This record gives sequence, C-alpha cells and structure tokens, in this order.
Amino acid sequence: MTKTKRNILGAIAYSVPAFFALMIVAIVLYVMTTIVAGGWGSLTMDFLLGAPEEGMTKGGIFPAIFGTFLLVVIMSVVGVPVGTMTAIYLSEYASQRSVLARLIRFAVNTLAGVPAIVFGLFGLGFFIQFVGAGVDKALYDDGLLHWGQPNILWASLTMALLTLPVVIVAVEEAIKTVPRELREASLALGATKWQTIRKVVIPNSITGMLTGGILAVSRGAGEVAPILFTGAAYFLPHLPGGLSDQFMELGYHIYIMATQSPDVEATRGIQYATTLVLLLLTFALNFSAIFLRYRLRKRIIT
Amino acid sequence: MKRFIATLLLFTFTPSLFAADVITVKGSDTMVILAQRWAELYMKKNPNVTIQVTGGGSGTGISALINGTTDICNASRPMKPGEKQKLKHRFSSLGVEIKTAKDGIALYVHEKNPVKELTVQQIKDIYTGKITNWKQVGGSDARIILYSRENNSGTYVYFKENVLDDEDYAPSCQNMPGTAALVNAVSKDPNGIGYGGAAYAKGIRDVAVKADEGAPAMMPTAENVKSGQYPITRFLYMYVKSKPTGAMKEYIDWILSEEGQSIVTKVGYFPLR
Amino acid sequence: MQQSPDISNTLMKKRFRIGEFLAEKVITATAFLSFTFIVLIFVFVFRETLPLFSPPEPVATVEELGEQETYGDLVLTEAEQAAESKEKNKDHVDEGVTVENLAGDRWQPISGKPKYGLLPLIVGSLKVSLIAVLLAAPIGILAALFTAAFAPKWAKEALKPVIEILAGFPSVVIGFFALVVLATYVQDTFGLQYRLNAFVGGVAMSLAVIPLIFTISEDAISAVPKSLTEASLALGATRWQTALKVILPAATPGIFAAVLLGIGRAFGETMIVLMATGNAALTSADPFEPVRTMSATIGAEMAEVVFGETHYHILFLIGSILFLFTFTLNAVAEIFVRQRLMKKFRGD
Repeated sequence: MTKTKRNILGAIAYSVPAFFALMIVAIVLYVMTTIVAGGWGSLTMDFLLGAPEEGMTKGGIFPAIFGTFLLVVIMSVVGVPVGTMTAIYLSEYASQRSVLARLIRFAVNTLAGVPAIVFGLFGLGFFIQFVGAGVDKALYDDGLLHWGQPNILWASLTMALLTLPVVIVAVEEAIKTVPRELREASLALGATKWQTIRKVVIPNSITGMLTGGILAVSRGAGEVAPILFTGAAYFLPHLPGGLSDQFMELGYHIYIMATQSPDVEATRGIQYATTLVLLLLTFALNFSAIFLRYRLRKRIIT
Repeated sequence: MKRFIATLLLFTFTPSLFAADVITVKGSDTMVILAQRWAELYMKKNPNVTIQVTGGGSGTGISALINGTTDICNASRPMKPGEKQKLKHRFSSLGVEIKTAKDGIALYVHEKNPVKELTVQQIKDIYTGKITNWKQVGGSDARIILYSRENNSGTYVYFKENVLDDEDYAPSCQNMPGTAALVNAVSKDPNGIGYGGAAYAKGIRDVAVKADEGAPAMMPTAENVKSGQYPITRFLYMYVKSKPTGAMKEYIDWILSEEGQSIVTKVGYFPLR
Repeated sequence: MQQSPDISNTLMKKRFRIGEFLAEKVITATAFLSFTFIVLIFVFVFRETLPLFSPPEPVATVEELGEQETYGDLVLTEAEQAAESKEKNKDHVDEGVTVENLAGDRWQPISGKPKYGLLPLIVGSLKVSLIAVLLAAPIGILAALFTAAFAPKWAKEALKPVIEILAGFPSVVIGFFALVVLATYVQDTFGLQYRLNAFVGGVAMSLAVIPLIFTISEDAISAVPKSLTEASLALGATRWQTALKVILPAATPGIFAAVLLGIGRAFGETMIVLMATGNAALTSADPFEPVRTMSATIGAEMAEVVFGETHYHILFLIGSILFLFTFTLNAVAEIFVRQRLMKKFRGD
C-alpha cells in the first residue's frame, strides 16, 4: 500500500465515523428546532395553567400536567424504595455467584427489555382484571366496579414496574462509588453490616438514588403505551381526586391531539406546545440527572 | 393567574360538594365533545347538578353501563344483542335507547381531485378494492389511496355494515386513529379518499353521494342529513339502564329540547329534526 | 469485673443480630420482587390468551331478547327504520378462532366473519424493525467508534449529552415529529404514493434505536483492553488501521448485542409506529407501503375491545408473541454474547 493511498483511506476511515457522529447532532438539533419553533408561540401562562376549552380546540393543558405529575409521584413513591433495596441487595448482600443474585440480575435485565405495550397488557391483566377485580369482590360485593377499572393507581404501578430497572442501575452505580475503605473502616470499628449500610453506604449513595429517581421520572413522564389502557383519559372535566380516578397525561394528550382532535390544523399550535412542554420537562429532568452523575463520578477521582 | 386560580377552584370544589346530583356519562369518542358541550351548558343553568363526561369509545361506554360505573352511555352505534344480553343478566333490563342526534358520514377527497360525485355502489367498490384507479370513477389516472378509521370506532363499523354491506375493507386501507388524523392525511394526499363526520379543514372537499345511479347527488348538508336524503346517515345514541327519572330525566329532556339540539349543530353534527 | 463488658458485648451483638436478620430478609425479599414480577408478567399475559382455546359462550339472538325500550318522541321515517333494523340485526357472533384463521394473511377483527391473520402484523413489525436497525446500526456503531477511538476530548464531551438528549426523547414526541414533519418530507423527497409508510416509521424508529446501539457499542469498544490497542500501534499500524482491524473486531460481540437489543427495542416500540406507519395490514415487501405492526395493533384496538371476547384474547396473544420475541433477543444478547465477550478477553 502506498503512503498516499494509506492516507486517503485513513482520512475516509476517520471522516466517515465523524460524519455519522455529526449527523446525530444535526438530527437532534433539527427535531428540537422544529418543535420549539412550532410550539413557542402558543406557550403562554394561560396555556400552562388553564384547562382545555371549546371541545379541546382552545385553552390549556393544566390537567395533563397535573396528571403527569401525580403519575410520576405515585410511581416514584413505590418504585424508588423497591429499586434502592434491590440495588442494595445486589451490591451489598448477594455474592455475585449466588443463584438468587444471578436470577434477580437476569430479571432486572429482562424487565428492562420488555416492550412498554406489554407492560400495559400486564397492567390490564394483572392490576385491573386480577387485583382490582379481586378487591372489588372482597370489599364491596355489590357487583359494581370500583377498583377493577383503569385508574391512576394502576397506571402508576405499571409505570413503576417499567422504570424499576432504571432506578436499580442508577443506585447500584452510586453504591459502587462508595470507597471500600469506608465500609471496611466501619466494619472494623465494630459496626454490623446493616449498620454500615445504613450509616455509611446509604448516605453516600443518596445522590445515586436521586439520579435514579429523576431518570425514572423522566422515562415515566414520556412513556405512553403502558397507560393507554390502564388509566389515561381523553378528556376529564375535573382533576383526579383519588387513586381510583382516571387522569389526563401529557404524552397521551399529544397522541390524541395529533390524531383525534376535532380540528387537527387549528390545534397544531396546541400540539406543538404540548410536545414542547413534555420535551422541556424530560430535558430538565435528564440534565439534572446528568449533572448529579457528573458530580458523583468526580468523587471517584478525588 | 386569575384564570389559574379559577381553574383550581373549579377542579377542587365542583365534585359533589355543593351538587345534589351527579350524573356520569361515558362512551363514544365521536360524541365526547358534544356531550361535553351539553354538560357545560346544562351545569351553567343548573348549578345543583354535576355531569361528568368521559370518552373511551362506544364499546367502553357500553361495558361501563353493564358494569354499573356510568349512568349514561354514549354510543355512535346501536347496542349489540350480546351487550343487551349482558345488561339483562346484570340488571334484568334490556336498557333504554335514546336517539340524541344525527350524523352524516361525509366522504372527503383532496381539494384538487376532479371527482365531484360517487354512488354508494362506487364507494363500496372503492373501499373493498374492486375499483383501484380514480380513472374508473371519472377522475385522473392515479391509484386511489384509501383511508379509514381504526377498527374499534363506531364509524368504522357503521361504514362497513351499511356502505360495504359487511364485506371486508381492502387490506391496503390505512387505519387512522381519529377523524383528525384522517382529514389531515387526505388533505396531504391528492389521490386519497376518507370518510367520517362533517369536518371543516383546509385542503379537503366533500364528495356528493348518490344512493344509486338514478338518484340525485347529495352533499352532506344539514338539510339533506336531517331529511334523510343524504344516503349515509346514522344516529348518535345514549343508553341508560332503565326509564330515566328525576335529575337524569330533566337532563335528557333538555338534550332533546330545542335548546339542547341547537348545540348539536355547533359541534358538526345534525339535530334530530 | 473483667467479665462484664464481654457479656454486654455479647448481648448487644445478639440484639443487633435480630435487626440484621430482619434487614437482610426484607431487602432480599424486596429484591426478589423483580423476579416475581417477571414471572407474573409471563403468567398474566399468557393467562389472558388461554381462553382462546376453549369455545366461547353462546349469544342470544335479537328475537330471543325482544325489543329494547326507547325514550324521546322521535318518529322514524320508513327509510330510517329499515337502515336501523338492518344495523341492529347484524351482530358479529363470537365463534372463537382456529389455527388456520391465525395463520391467514388478513387482519379484519371487526367483521361478520372476523379474520385474525397474524401474518401481516408480523411482516409489518419485521419490516419497520429491519429498516430502523439498517439505518441505526451503521450510524450508531460508527459514531460510537468515532467517540471511543478517534474523537478529541472536547468532541467526546459534546457528543455524550447529545446522545443522552436523543435517548431522552419520549417516543410519542418522535411519533409526533414523524407524523407532522418527517412524513411530508420523505413523501416529497421520494415522490411516494403513501405519506405514512413502513419507511417513515423505520426512519423515526431509528431515532429511538440509535442511542441504544451507540451506548452499548461505545461500552464494548471502550472495553477493548488498552494492551491490544497499544500493541497494534507499537507494531506500526496507524490509528485507523488499529480502529478498524483491532478494536472493531475485538468489540464485535458487544456490537452484535447492541444490534440485537436495537431490534428488540424497535420490535416492541408502540407510539412511533402507531402514529407514523399508516396502520394498514398489508403483507408486502415494499418498504414504501403502509404497515400495521403488532404493537400498534394492540395499542389501537385494546382500549375499545369487549373484554373476554376472542378479539381481546387475540390481542393478548400478540402481546405474548412480542414478549417472547424480545425476551429471547435479550436473553441471547445477555447470556451468549456477554459470556463470549468475557471468555475472549480472559483467554479461557
């Protein structure tokens, strides 16, 4: 191979991957500019804080924002403790070769790969048709449905299950950054394992739990498929007042406004602005997670 | 900000605190906007009644009626024997049917499409795949692109049973999740055809429909739909478990009154008479 | 005197041990939840498909039930009466389903004779996934190679957050973008007959798959031991030769896993295909025709299906197939590829 030929090949081998990397940046910028340009004009205070009006052709999206908020709060209250405990088990208690640990790790990986729509089916089949209907039969026995129908509780639990691997991975990563010396020092001072975990490991991995929680919220706020038939509603005149109520949600609102609103062209602004709100929300969440993780990684080096 | 507080107050205090009667309405997405308008106006006039409206689809609404989770069910198609059987099993009543409005199913094409009228038979042949080129119905030489509603909608079922004579849609038919998506698709597709409730959008045009070759071509106007001369007309229904009484009776009577029926026109449907 | 601290110490330890024991058990039990739920997902998604294999309950005819009461003083014209009774007497009788029906090439679940052919749905899912991965794999892998092997530090620092942003795009946002912007653009560029089609869905889907393939490939490429790279450079190979002939082959199993997981993600993703593919149940190989995928079918039809009918169970059957398919892909990617990767580098 001549030197020039090699140089040309080298330039190609370098520039093609660089081009693709640049392409990703361009795609992201293009999608974002389109959505910002389309939605910025309609993004007013009244839009954020008002309810849909005139048969969803005017007004705001406050109920959808509120519903999304409630969804992720209930989801986190359930998901973050379970995820944290699983991560503590995996990194502190289980020996990596034990069958149980490998089983759980496999389960977490599988859970991460299950399609969102299958979670929706599971929520319908398990939470609504099995647990909910079972509760109705046991507590009410009047032949009517109270819990055996879509509501915010079942939607949140379904979403908690979907985001569980996100929490586990983030917390485990944080626990790994707690130096071994700290643990050993604690144990050497006579503290038991649980005391060490409680007083040394957990306080040092609070950031990780926060990151996990935030990432889970970001993921949960953006997923629509699991709530399609476990609780999201097209339109509600009232905010959800209890766990057995249905709710409106940002992502679902985008979907129905883009495909089922009475006048698709007239509501273009609402659609773009709703998309922008959801996008800004997930960005804010993701960036705070990135920031926290960055601080965490810095700790390992120093 | 004032708007916000008003919204919050509305949301927090309306449910059943001051209201003596709560009526829940659930069902057809086609009718959810209409039902919402009715409820809004009625509540404004009768502050002691709360009416909660949710969509979900005709099937969902009828299931809710059967399960006892709703007082009134909206449906853009009549109840099926199987559903009536379930209702009877539960409440030993077949339920009561109330016709609340009429809906003319329009056929839309792109505004530049030269085809101005179609017979019901031609529409059937187009949607079952027997006619595939606009040339065959007097248009330009281009393939017909079919748009339909999703197969869970009352409109899909109505169109299939009444226009297609229960034959299957051609497989190339694209199913859109809502009328809006369908209208939007046709407005961007010079060779597209779609069907649905009356829609006013840029880029599309209604086709006049003839019941048969000799019949006059009819546009889906209020007059033609009301008189039943437009061939593809259907009713929009409400179902309740038993003959309405009390607050519910007053509400339904109001819907059937002139005032209630005048709202029907505003959301793109047609009054009963 | 000397004995007492020892005794108290033992007492303390004993008390602590109960706490220890409880803490460990509670944490272990909670950790076990993940596994429990995987089993439950299996059981409950499959359980809802089981009634397919037993005959459904018979439904009474209109004559047996009698007339329904009406309310309101509307008098129908003759034509209206005829049309209405025609519609009311038509009921799709739930006759269950046969294997031949499921193997057919027509998906017409709402019909006098429902056709539950799964073939067009499977073809649809495969078509979109294939297009998505064919686009996303080269972009993701090469961008990962650039980041891990060539890029200066600032470019690396800049690219990572961009990928995270892309990964953070909710799928409904990508779907919306595809429906409103991308579809028109693609149609105008290629002069297509169908605005919404498998290709548009595939392109949009690739946006969701790129971050996944990028991240895992980048991990795999970074995990190639420094010693290999250094040896290659020391032998006089240039950086690009090292990247293409040493790093890339060494990272192949990881990249393979990335592509497998990418296929799995594309196969199961719902909102993008629901909004961007046109949802027509066609069985064709043409990438520019609309398709109806398995996930979109569940998403579109489940909300309004009558619970307990054959159609309802078929949708769960489709869910089971989706689950099994992605489960297998993940298992292959996890077990087979990871282990090979480990073995290769350990040299045993």
